[in-house]
Amino acid sequence: MPMTEQATGAHHPQPRPRSSGQQSAPEQVTGAQSLIRSLEEVGAETVFGIPGGAILPAYDPLMDSKRVRHVLVRHEQGAGHAATGYAQATGKVGVCMATSGPGATNLVTPIADAHMDSVPLVAITGQVASKAIGTDAFQEADIVGISMPITKHNFLVTRADDIPRTIAEAFHIASTGRPGPVLVDIAKDALQARTTFQWPPTQDLPGYRPVTKPHAKQIREAARLITQAKRPVLYVGGGVLKAGATAELKVLAELTGAPVTTTLMALGAFPDSHPLHVGMPGMHGAVTAVTALQKADLIVALGARFDDRVTGKLDSFAPHAKIVHADIDPAEIGKNRAADVPIVGDAREVIADMVQAVQKEHSEGHAGDYTAWWTDLNRWREAYPLGYEQPDNGSLSPQHVIERIGQLAPQGTIFAAGVGQHQMWAAHYIQYEQPSTWLNSGGAGTMGYAVPAAMGAKAGMPDRTVWAVDGDGCFQMTNQELTTCALNNIPIKVAIINNGALGMVRQWQTLFYNQRYSNTVLHSGPGTAADGSATGAGTRVPDFVKLSEAMGCYAIRCESPDDLDKVIEEANSINDRPVVVDFIVHEDAMVWPMVAAGTSNDEIMAARDVRPDFGDNEDD
Amino acid sequence: MSKHTLSVLVENKPGVLARITALFSRRGFNIDSLAVGVTEHPDISRITIVVNVIEALPLEQVTKQLNKLVNVLKIVELEPGSAVQRELVLVKVRADNETRSQIVEIVQLFRAKTVDVSPEAVTIEATGGSDKLEAMLKMLEPFGIKELVQSGTIAVGRGARSITDRSLRALDRSA
Repeated sequence: MPMTEQATGAHHPQPRPRSSGQQSAPEQVTGAQSLIRSLEEVGAETVFGIPGGAILPAYDPLMDSKRVRHVLVRHEQGAGHAATGYAQATGKVGVCMATSGPGATNLVTPIADAHMDSVPLVAITGQVASKAIGTDAFQEADIVGISMPITKHNFLVTRADDIPRTIAEAFHIASTGRPGPVLVDIAKDALQARTTFQWPPTQDLPGYRPVTKPHAKQIREAARLITQAKRPVLYVGGGVLKAGATAELKVLAELTGAPVTTTLMALGAFPDSHPLHVGMPGMHGAVTAVTALQKADLIVALGARFDDRVTGKLDSFAPHAKIVHADIDPAEIGKNRAADVPIVGDAREVIADMVQAVQKEHSEGHAGDYTAWWTDLNRWREAYPLGYEQPDNGSLSPQHVIERIGQLAPQGTIFAAGVGQHQMWAAHYIQYEQPSTWLNSGGAGTMGYAVPAAMGAKAGMPDRTVWAVDGDGCFQMTNQELTTCALNNIPIKVAIINNGALGMVRQWQTLFYNQRYSNTVLHSGPGTAADGSATGAGTRVPDFVKLSEAMGCYAIRCESPDDLDKVIEEANSINDRPVVVDFIVHEDAMVWPMVAAGTSNDEIMAARDVRPDFGDNEDD
Repeated sequence: MSKHTLSVLVENKPGVLARITALFSRRGFNIDSLAVGVTEHPDISRITIVVNVIEALPLEQVTKQLNKLVNVLKIVELEPGSAVQRELVLVKVRADNETRSQIVEIVQLFRAKTVDVSPEAVTIEATGGSDKLEAMLKMLEPFGIKELVQSGTIAVGRGARSITDRSLRALDRSA
């Protein structure tokens, strides 16, 4: 079966090897050279990694490659997240490389992260020589076994002749269908053996046939439901970004006039400023977006997966809604919420077909009338906008810091966030107007994602400004990659939203654990501020300014609202090295709105002790 | 809870069985029995899985998740009415001069075979559907079962059609 027929469409810029067509003349090479030649042919321009014993043979020809740039990171986790950031910013496959054993296991977290967020990633690991596999050899780990549940697919290569085909298949699998991480584990003796290199190799994937073309009947049914609905919502997930379907989405939204909600993974898929945009749904979603889904009579899910952070308590989620569910992964349809109209296909093809089908409905005189729906939506939007209060002690409000970073950023700036309060504030208070400008760890919730992901994004998009919005907890997990940035001319900017605490966990302790701040205070040890009371800035251990300077960055501290704009503008003006700003912010700020874990989205709180009044409370 | 028999055609490659069993445990699906062997085509293995399905995790999720595995070529559910299902048991039953003839009588009733005899025990080989084998074991139980070995269920659809045909063609074309 010709593999080219399985491709998802022209929007994946990654060159795809074919099984037919002209093959290059055979070259006599080593397995290691064959690997590097394969990476060149498949278009892997940037590889993030660290060498070690088993992968060492591959690093020798890598030194001579004119087409593959290797960025030497400081920890394999950084390599993995950098490859993910690179992939999310550029739309190409991200590549990371590590040696066997601990090198490979350090990739486990970023691979799991990429798997949860469907990021096209190829991880190449060295393995001990094939004869030593299974003997508990030095630096041996069964990384194929370990990564099985967190990869889309993985390979163990023990013969040099199999290297080009495996690399071609890995890139094909990673980038087509529902994208995901693929690991290629290569035994050291395969890298050292003599072999023949020829490109393109013949791929052999008889069991891999992603469906991209949606079923016409289902599309017609979806269009019929859209025009008949009174309270529809377009529920847009990360699949729309991955399919490059944002232009089609805008057409569909404007054609139908239906409200659009973009999930955490889809920020930027639809302009935040667009009048049809009602915000982000979910646990910390906008009241209007959450309520729109709850009250909807039709949800059109496009490349979204009804994640628990979106639905809240599943059996009370959107009780009145019919569901049109379009996804490229058939297993997502009906997994959490039964679909009335299941559509398997690539989001771009699905939405483009839907536009035509809705136009046909319109031409036959069936247009939806959502006037009453918009009256409700606008009332909620007006009554419950996103907002925050300035702290009364004159300290910096974290939301204000993030909002100003967004407002002062040059057009096209890419933002990467860590995980926690700052991530939610970055989702809320920065306006995302175009695709691939928001990178974050959505499904896995990986603290430490921001700095290496920003590095990867900047390496892939050197002309763009890249801001990492990070927490002080996250920053302490992966900040060593700032050294990598400083030495490799990858001038990212990092905003540490420093509240001296593991803020999101602290928020839960405030709300659900009687303000007992067990092990969430970062700026002091036990005994000094064990009650976690507002002790201001704490000890300043570590001193993030000195730490960042030591890693070759320009570093500034900002503690007063009066300095805020000046500091951000200064950071924006420096482009010859990484910049780190330590924003000392108020520690009691909380993320609102919030749906408490395990409760219904009907119980959304707009702020502490403030439940929105939708005019439907029985008695009051 | 309901039981379903799935025939899963997979590429005959190392680690494929591990991928399938890991998927079942990760997703919380229950395997009732499992049998693996190569087919008439050496590049294809056939895995017969009897899966216990609960309401929250319907069969559809099991087959969809299995289908996502790159090495899985095809999945067919075999309905009991239109398929032949067999398992094999080897059972060692305590037997002495008094009970041996009664045991042999049971063996004949169930069209099983006596495959080994010693002064204290008889070893019986039986094939059949799970109902028949359960009934036989129930009859043998009073004599004392010393050792019991059961294979996973294997199954094949009735009639002339073969589920491997189309997968083979796909495999040939990709080669």
